[in-house]
Amino acid sequence: MPDLGIDVLLKGSNMLRLLQGLWVAMKISLVSIGISIPLGLIVGTLMTTRFKSLKVIFRIYLETIRILPQLVLLFLVYFGSTRALGWNLSGEMASIIVFTLWGTAEMGDLVRSALVSIPKHQYESSEALGFTKGQMYYYIIIPQTIRRLLPLSINLITRMIKTTSLILMIGVVEMLKVAQQIIEANRMTSPNAAFGVFLVVFILYFIVCWPFSTLATHLEKKWR
Amino acid sequence: MKKLLAILLTGILAVGITACGNSAETASAKSEGYRTLDEIKESGTINIGVFSDKNPFGYVDENGTYQGYDVYFAERIGEDLGVEVNFVSTEAANRIEYLQTGKVDIILANFTVTDERKEEVDFALPYMNVALGVVSREDNEITSLDNWNKDDSIIVISGTTAETYLIENYPDIPLQKFDSYATAKEAFENGTSVAWENDNTEVIAFSLQNEGYTVGIPSLGSNDTIAPAVTKGNATLLDWINNEIEGLAAEKFFHADYEATLTDTYGSDYEESLVVEGGKTN
Repeated sequence: MPDLGIDVLLKGSNMLRLLQGLWVAMKISLVSIGISIPLGLIVGTLMTTRFKSLKVIFRIYLETIRILPQLVLLFLVYFGSTRALGWNLSGEMASIIVFTLWGTAEMGDLVRSALVSIPKHQYESSEALGFTKGQMYYYIIIPQTIRRLLPLSINLITRMIKTTSLILMIGVVEMLKVAQQIIEANRMTSPNAAFGVFLVVFILYFIVCWPFSTLATHLEKKWR
Repeated sequence: MKKLLAILLTGILAVGITACGNSAETASAKSEGYRTLDEIKESGTINIGVFSDKNPFGYVDENGTYQGYDVYFAERIGEDLGVEVNFVSTEAANRIEYLQTGKVDIILANFTVTDERKEEVDFALPYMNVALGVVSREDNEITSLDNWNKDDSIIVISGTTAETYLIENYPDIPLQKFDSYATAKEAFENGTSVAWENDNTEVIAFSLQNEGYTVGIPSLGSNDTIAPAVTKGNATLLDWINNEIEGLAAEKFFHADYEATLTDTYGSDYEESLVVEGGKTN
């Protein structure tokens, strides 16, 4: 077995620090996901309404968030809010705001496309059967929408978890930053540590993202 | 659809203009984004931006404590001001932004003084020298770049000051360019070139860690310095730091700093050439 330099993780509290970094990343992504999903459901539904101005506003919001790289958004919110408005947001708060804005936009679009993809005859037949509007959505439309939505939103969740690796740029010390710190602190004594430490980081990201994917597969099978 | 697209583009443009407008506005109207010396003392905490992954200048040890040449000085600043030091982990790319928004009071992150940066932030007196250096094999030591043998080449890393310096001053020397430190190191060790030019701290560290190499030219090109930086206009803090640096010369503070943090990497031979005491460069 080649020397991967994993032993640097056993020095002092290095492994604990790495796990604390993971916790920071998870906290930020889970809070943002928790806010984005309900907001995304509302935004997505509003995007399918007949009000043209509402549609346009959300479209602009969605496209703006999509076009700007997350890193730019982070800089805009973290430094821009101080410059323009004098707010002093913490790095964590700025990250949660950016991830929520991004998550809501993407989730909204997923909800919109899922709603649009329900064939018109589903609405028409339920009307013909005498369902009220509420009943139609509750029994017919929403269950079908959720099934179409699920794999896509799980994909969004894992993407949001992984994108937390960017927040080190606004001073939040999350897992990837801790990994870089550990590698650099041991640059002289174990030059190979980069491989071993990043391998562990890879495994940790996998461990947190995998349950979401399994859950999605499980639910998809169950609802088929 | 066309209408929608037009509205969309207008929207994006508006956002873009606002975003650009913000940065322009800050330059004039909202530039008071710093804390004066008294405000820092009153709050009991000073925020100092350091690198957390640049061993041996600023890094975090296995117990999660900040260490290094810059950190050693930062701790002394906190001690002499009588405040706690809150270390903020910065990246090379966001150091200026941190100062301009007042999110840190001082940057002590191996910050090289350049004319462009002087427009954005205020530098205090320097506390370290940086220059380029050339490392070569002991049995074929390169001590000068003049009268260069055209068959030999020098290794440089693309996009560094080392590359620009050679192209401008020694256009006749053939260069071998590599994208990363690791590939350059490997090529040099395999003997593809007679010499390798890089930051002098890097080549010194390389020659000390690897048997059979020597730094024939330890200092080349324009001598740059490393200095603390504060938000532009923060005169009270800047004056205090300058006095502090001058005052620390009496006890040879930065020599002690070097011995505590840099000797393991650079040995004691380079102490005089790297350390700047009392803000006085030679």
